[in-house]
Amino acid sequence: METRRTVLRHVTGALALGMGGLNLATVQAQAQTPKRGGTLTFAISAETPHYDPHGSDTYATLHFAAPFYSTLLRFNLSKFPEVEGDLAQSWAVAPDLMSYTFKLHPSVKFHDGTPLTSADVKATYERLRNPPQGVVSTRKATFDDIGTIETPDPTTVVFKMKNLNASMLEHFASPWNVVYSAKDLAENPAGPRTKINGTGPFIFVEHVRGSHVSGRNNGSYFKQGLPYLGGWKGVFTLQAAAMLNAVQGGQVLGEFRGISPAERDRLVQAMGDKIRIEESSWTLNLLVCFNVEKKPFDDVRVRRALCMAIDRWGGSQGLSRISTLRSVGGLIRPGSPFATPESELVKLPGFSKDIRKSREEAKKLLADAGVPNLKFTLHNRNLAMPYTPAGIFLVDQWRQVGVEVEHKQFDTAPYLATMNAGNHDVAIDFSNLFMDDSSLGLAKYLSVTRAPENRSRSKDPELDRLYDDHLRERDVEKRKAMIRAFEKRLFEQAYQQPLLWWHRIVPTHKVVMGWKMSPSHNLGQDLAEVWLNT
Amino acid sequence: MLRYTINRVLLAIPTLLGVAILVFFMLRIVPGDIVEVKLRGDGGAVSQETIEMERQRLGLDKPLVIQFKDWMVGVATLDLGNSMWTERPVMEEILLRLELSLQVAIMATIFAVLIAIPLGTMAALFRDTWIDYLMRIATIGGISIPAFWFGMLIMSGLLAGFNWLPPITFTPIYVDPIANLTQLIWPALAVGYRYCAVTARMIRSSLLEVLSEDYIRTARAKGVYERLVISRHALRNALLPAITVIGLEFTFLIGGLVVTEQVFNLNGIGMLFVQSVSRNDFTLIQGMVMLIAAFYVFVNLLVDLLYAVFDPRIRYD
Amino acid sequence: MSIASSTPPAPTSEIRQPGTYVEFCRQQPLGAISFAIICAMMIAGIFCEWVAPYDPLAIDFASLLAAPSWDHWCGTDAFGRDICSRLIYGSRTALVIGFTSSFLGSSVGAILGIASAYFGGRIDNWIQRVVDVLLAFPIIVLALVVVAAFGKQLLVGIDVNLIFAITLPIVPRVARVVRAAALSVRVMPYVDAARAAGYSHTRIIFRHMAPNVVAPYLIMLTAFVAQAILAEASLSFLGLGVQEPTAAWGLMLSGNAADFYRQAPWMILFPGVAISIAVFAFNLFGDSLRDYLDPRFKV
Repeated sequence: METRRTVLRHVTGALALGMGGLNLATVQAQAQTPKRGGTLTFAISAETPHYDPHGSDTYATLHFAAPFYSTLLRFNLSKFPEVEGDLAQSWAVAPDLMSYTFKLHPSVKFHDGTPLTSADVKATYERLRNPPQGVVSTRKATFDDIGTIETPDPTTVVFKMKNLNASMLEHFASPWNVVYSAKDLAENPAGPRTKINGTGPFIFVEHVRGSHVSGRNNGSYFKQGLPYLGGWKGVFTLQAAAMLNAVQGGQVLGEFRGISPAERDRLVQAMGDKIRIEESSWTLNLLVCFNVEKKPFDDVRVRRALCMAIDRWGGSQGLSRISTLRSVGGLIRPGSPFATPESELVKLPGFSKDIRKSREEAKKLLADAGVPNLKFTLHNRNLAMPYTPAGIFLVDQWRQVGVEVEHKQFDTAPYLATMNAGNHDVAIDFSNLFMDDSSLGLAKYLSVTRAPENRSRSKDPELDRLYDDHLRERDVEKRKAMIRAFEKRLFEQAYQQPLLWWHRIVPTHKVVMGWKMSPSHNLGQDLAEVWLNT
Repeated sequence: MLRYTINRVLLAIPTLLGVAILVFFMLRIVPGDIVEVKLRGDGGAVSQETIEMERQRLGLDKPLVIQFKDWMVGVATLDLGNSMWTERPVMEEILLRLELSLQVAIMATIFAVLIAIPLGTMAALFRDTWIDYLMRIATIGGISIPAFWFGMLIMSGLLAGFNWLPPITFTPIYVDPIANLTQLIWPALAVGYRYCAVTARMIRSSLLEVLSEDYIRTARAKGVYERLVISRHALRNALLPAITVIGLEFTFLIGGLVVTEQVFNLNGIGMLFVQSVSRNDFTLIQGMVMLIAAFYVFVNLLVDLLYAVFDPRIRYD
Repeated sequence: MSIASSTPPAPTSEIRQPGTYVEFCRQQPLGAISFAIICAMMIAGIFCEWVAPYDPLAIDFASLLAAPSWDHWCGTDAFGRDICSRLIYGSRTALVIGFTSSFLGSSVGAILGIASAYFGGRIDNWIQRVVDVLLAFPIIVLALVVVAAFGKQLLVGIDVNLIFAITLPIVPRVARVVRAAALSVRVMPYVDAARAAGYSHTRIIFRHMAPNVVAPYLIMLTAFVAQAILAEASLSFLGLGVQEPTAAWGLMLSGNAADFYRQAPWMILFPGVAISIAVFAFNLFGDSLRDYLDPRFKV
């Protein structure tokens, strides 16, 4: 994993250079004892409309609310993607994967003083898989395989599964599945949207809409000795320029979503060694999505030709310098355990390194399909980073095979509405995952009857079958093979195809210690282990 | 006078109604509403039923005319409804940010008026000399330079030159005047420059017109001191149209604020408006447009009444 | 533009007949300079394919963010596109949008104003109500709502809806002024007399009303070109105007251009200067035109 390599590089560098005096922040961090107190002010680049992560899909809600809540398990960011306990002190998985037992910490209290019991966990997960009227549970489908939830005693929860789901443990570690109080939910199922009462390391102080949100140290957090900070403040900087200015000017000590390479260069140039940059590949990608219900994109030759015309390897060189797009990869994040290795990836249509040959074949395919001088509109989202560069890039790439493309960008609402209604020709779509697990990564490509987020409107029973089979497969090698088969079929049919995966660059002031980098900006935001070295 | 006033007030009502109809139906022409943005904006995979359920909850599934009627009934009782994004009352969202925008607007006005009156007067008195040319170039510069670009230059300049930035969150002036002023003086300058330029031009041309009037010639022929001529006769009469301009331009400040608040990242009305447009938050957009229009109509009314008071000819039009 | 709501315009007799260009240049040197600038812009805009050194859409990852040099007079942007060429093509965008919006808006406004003044009565009332409604929106607010409402409709890379959004606020402002000019005390007696004599509507309008209106119309036309260019720049900056990869000055300042202010300050300097000069020239020209044609006319 890239972050690990970076850390390793730093440490070996320090050792190689020998004598002390080299102030490498990472090395220091591992040696120092955390200091207590202080307020961490950081930038949040979007404002959440409500406080309920269950019904949200945006990091804006997590950066806002994660410090106030806890989850059953969470991802161990030092050893991603391993999981560790949060509310769960220990857990046991049955060998047949059909039952998960969690033993909760005994002395957890909500911020209003009431103690946490297994009933609260049960109420939370019932809400997640079966939301009552008026409540949205965005990831409802991921809990379909749960059969019953039992609470034999106040500190034990047992999940009995209906079907075998090899990815279930990761879902218990999902940052979105924060635990609410059963009492609060009984009073008002939609309460968490506007009221915060959690078990997290910080207590909610205030939210001035449009301006900032703040929290203070929860004196009775169940993890002894944590959190270190006295409080924190998240300032909403809705313009990238404002956010960078604030980081550079020292008004905020960091931004935890991710910035572009050019923005990183500017900060490094301006701030020198006062700023720490951490980089990792990102669990986000942009994809090229063809509307298979519209001519001529119902013809697989046309789709494949357009995919082959794109020089991913070459383009990523330039795009990675000016945008957050970087890695060429298939359906799973490149660099993660289940990703297709490069040697196999280049055999798939659209991923060849011989772009001249690919483009000639593409032109031939287009001529065969009867549309050598194709003209269409590229439907894109109106965000400067990285949708705009992606659109400009694609228009240029398709120009090289004689295809004329009109680039139209829309604000989020009409952008989504047009795609959902199937009114687009070709669109740039996006995939925002919080973990590498294939159960999430592949879900977008299932038949549109199963997956509403499949904007190409394709229906392919073969892909559906491969997905279902792989979900129930416990053997890791067999699973990888199934994922490869899924990917191969999808790229040959070319309904939609990842363009490039993103690259995450997070800037923090060097006084900020204890924050851990990961491939997803949705993780690691509870701030419990962060401290200020001032 | 009373009849004139009542007439003008009554005329305001169809204007506001027209604004309401225009805004309401225009917003709903293009497909795509806020529910999509809220639930799927960052890649969420909710089912179509969930989307429909949320639309129903927000009242977006009712026929358009019914939605309009509901909204109008609310407006009549001064209830502008709830923002579709945060589901808090529209009035609350607006009032939260009003103080900041109002303060910037007032500061810009003070800055503009304090500089424009002497500047415009001098340019008129020394017409066609280098003073006049210089002032004309400076003021035309003021209305030509895009306010947002000017703001960008100010921010970059502060950062590059002094490595200092204005405070990032708003504190009211009675809580911490230093933090408040150091934050708001820059956007006030950026917006005020243009405002100042327009006002100065107005004063100049208005004064020029008055100075060529007969009664000024008479006063000069009588041998009245030039300074008295200017202050007693000319300036007083020239100021009336200038006041109208100041009043009307104040409402146009809102337009300037929309872009300037983006540049300076201020949590004001302008920023709220741009955000609500990009989120398709219909109720908030409608509410804000109605308020802006009402404000404009009100200022217009005041200005017309002021005119009628000072110029009796208008009353009998 | 700021318009006092009921100021009577200057009487017709003060309008000087336009003499030769030389006389204009001598009397209004600033106007002559600004006219020269406008001509330069128009040449650049019309002949941009010949004038511009590079293709404004050509991506060149090898020379990203290059400083101004003999190769690239104004440097390159984040995609390696030549900024000078994009400025030149941008002048075409600015002029097309500026002239179209201003011409359409002023002409429709003038027609409404004349109709209002000539026919009076109920027609006048209705038109004035519509004008009042449209005037209640500041330009940017109305343009924002229109662009958000109608989406984007591209035609040769330029947004037709954008032109519509900028035209709409111009119409009522011109209508107001034209109506006041047409209603001037000098004109109405001639109109009444001609009507009594039984002349046709068209003849009366063109003979008696229109000449009084020509001067304010021309002045507002130039002034609103400036406003339109500014409005387009602001809207593009907000992301609602011209779309990538079209070259437009406001667009060149939007997005993440400001992020590069340290590494590539030319990215935000040149487009801003271009906008300022263009708007400046049109404003100055409009000013000088007004001074020359009708010094007592207050806009």
